[in-house]
Amino acid sequence: MLKIENIHAVIDGKKILNGLTLEVGAGEVHAIMGPNGAGKSTLAYALGGKPGYEVVEGSATFMGEDLFEMEPHERAAKGLFLGFQYPVEIPGVSNVQFLREALNAQRKTRGEEALSGGEFLKLAKEKAALLDLDMEMLKRHVNVGFSGGEKKRAEMVQMGIIDPKFAVLDETDSGLDIDALRVVGDGINAIMRAPDKGVLLITHYQRLLDVVKPDKVSVLAAGRIVATGGPELALRLEEEGYDAVMADA
Amino acid sequence: MPEAATLPTRKDEAWRYAAVEALTTLPDWREITVEPGDCFNECLIIEDKEGAPATEIQRIRIAIGDGAHCTIFGVIASCDYARVELQVTLGRGAHFEMGGVTVGGRETTREFVTHVIHAEPEATSNQTVRAVHWGQGTGNFLGNIDVVRHAQKTDAAQDFKGLLLEKGASVNAVPQLEIFADDVKCAHGATVGQLDEAAKFYMAARGISPELARRLLVQAFIGDAYVEMADEEARERLMQVALGKLDKHL
Repeated sequence: MLKIENIHAVIDGKKILNGLTLEVGAGEVHAIMGPNGAGKSTLAYALGGKPGYEVVEGSATFMGEDLFEMEPHERAAKGLFLGFQYPVEIPGVSNVQFLREALNAQRKTRGEEALSGGEFLKLAKEKAALLDLDMEMLKRHVNVGFSGGEKKRAEMVQMGIIDPKFAVLDETDSGLDIDALRVVGDGINAIMRAPDKGVLLITHYQRLLDVVKPDKVSVLAAGRIVATGGPELALRLEEEGYDAVMADA
Repeated sequence: MPEAATLPTRKDEAWRYAAVEALTTLPDWREITVEPGDCFNECLIIEDKEGAPATEIQRIRIAIGDGAHCTIFGVIASCDYARVELQVTLGRGAHFEMGGVTVGGRETTREFVTHVIHAEPEATSNQTVRAVHWGQGTGNFLGNIDVVRHAQKTDAAQDFKGLLLEKGASVNAVPQLEIFADDVKCAHGATVGQLDEAAKFYMAARGISPELARRLLVQAFIGDAYVEMADEEARERLMQVALGKLDKHL
C-alpha cells in the first residue's frame, strides 16, 4: 500500500531522514521504534505533507500514486490518516463541525455524496462509544481543554469516523494510562485491522504492541531503517535497548 | 450642531486612523435613550448593496438608564471608508454589551470607535471586536472607557483581536482607559495575528482544503464577537455578511 524509497528530508536546513526505505503491505501493521531524535515524527509529518518538511530526494507511492505530488488534504482524501503525537487545539470549532466538514470534504474529493447531519451524528456516536469517549466531548471545541489522554482518544474517534485506508500513528500511546492504552489499542484493531488496510505505528513502548500486535517491526535510527523483523524484535528492544540491537544490525 | 461644522483631522485622537480625506460631511449623532429598567437591542449592518455610498458613518449616542440593558452588535463589511461610532453613558447598575466585526480588503478602512462612560456606580460593560483584513485593507478599534470618580463597583471589559490574512493588510487597536474610581474592575486586551498554521495543517491532514480551513478558522475567530447574542437568527445574519465578504474576495 505504502512504498517509501530512499527518502531524504530536511527541516530548517537540517537533514533528518537519510535514505529511508520501507514498505507496508495491505493487511499489515508495521511498527516503527527508535531512539529520540531518530526521525520518527519527521517521517510521519513528511508523509502527511506538513509545510517545512521538505523531501529532497526519494519517493513514496501510496496506493499506486506519487504521495509527494499530492497536497496534504488530497492525501487524506486518498485514504491516508495522520494521527498526531500532539493533537492541535482549534478554539471556536466544535469536534462535530470539524469532523463533519472533514468527512464531507473527503467524500466530495472522491466524488461521493455528503453525509447529512443525522447520518453523521449516528456515525460519530458509534465511534465515540467504541473509544469510550463521552459524546458530550465531541460537542466541545476541537481538543480545547482535553487532557492528554482525551486528545489521543479523540484522535482515534476521528480515525473511526473518517475510516481511512492507511494510518500513520505517531506515538498515539504517549500520555495514556494503562486502561486508556487498552481502549485505544482495541480501537486501532477495530478500525484498522482489515485485509485492505494498513498501519504504520510509531511507538516507544512494547505495551501498545501487546494490544495491537504488529506483523513487522522496524528500528529507525539516524534517519534510516537499520533493522526489520517480526514482533520478537520489539521484545528484544524492550529487553536489551536500542544500542545492543543496533550494534548487531 | 457645531461639532459637525468642522471636519475632523487625523490629529483628533478618535480619528487617528480614519480615512479623513474621504469625509465631506459628518452625520448628526443619533440619540437613543434607554429608560431605567428597559432593554434595548440593535444590530448594525454595513454591507454591499446597490447604490451604497463609498463612505458611511454612523454616530450613535446612547444613554442607558439605571438598571437598563443595551446590546449593540454589528458588522462592517462594505464601503471604502466605514465607521461606527458609539458614545455610551451608563446609569447605576446598567449594562452595555457590544460585539463588532470588521472585514475587508482592497484599500478600505473600516472601524469601530467607542466611548463608554461609566457615570454611576455598579454598571457593567463588555465590548468584543474582531477585525479580519486582507489586500491593503485596514481595520481599527478605538475604545475609550471612562470611569468617573464615584462610579464604584464598575466592571468594564474590552477585547480586540485582529487577524491579517495577507501581507499588506493592517489593524490598529487603541484601548484607552481613564479610571478615577478606586474600587473597579477594568480589563482590556488587544492582539494581532495570522491564521494558525498548525491548525491549518491539522485540518489538511483530515482532508480539509486550505480554503475551507481558512473559512472555518475565520468563522471561529469572528464568532467571539457574537457569543453574547441571544438572537440566533440575527447572529447567523451577521456571520453571513462577514463570511460572505470573505468568500467573495478570497
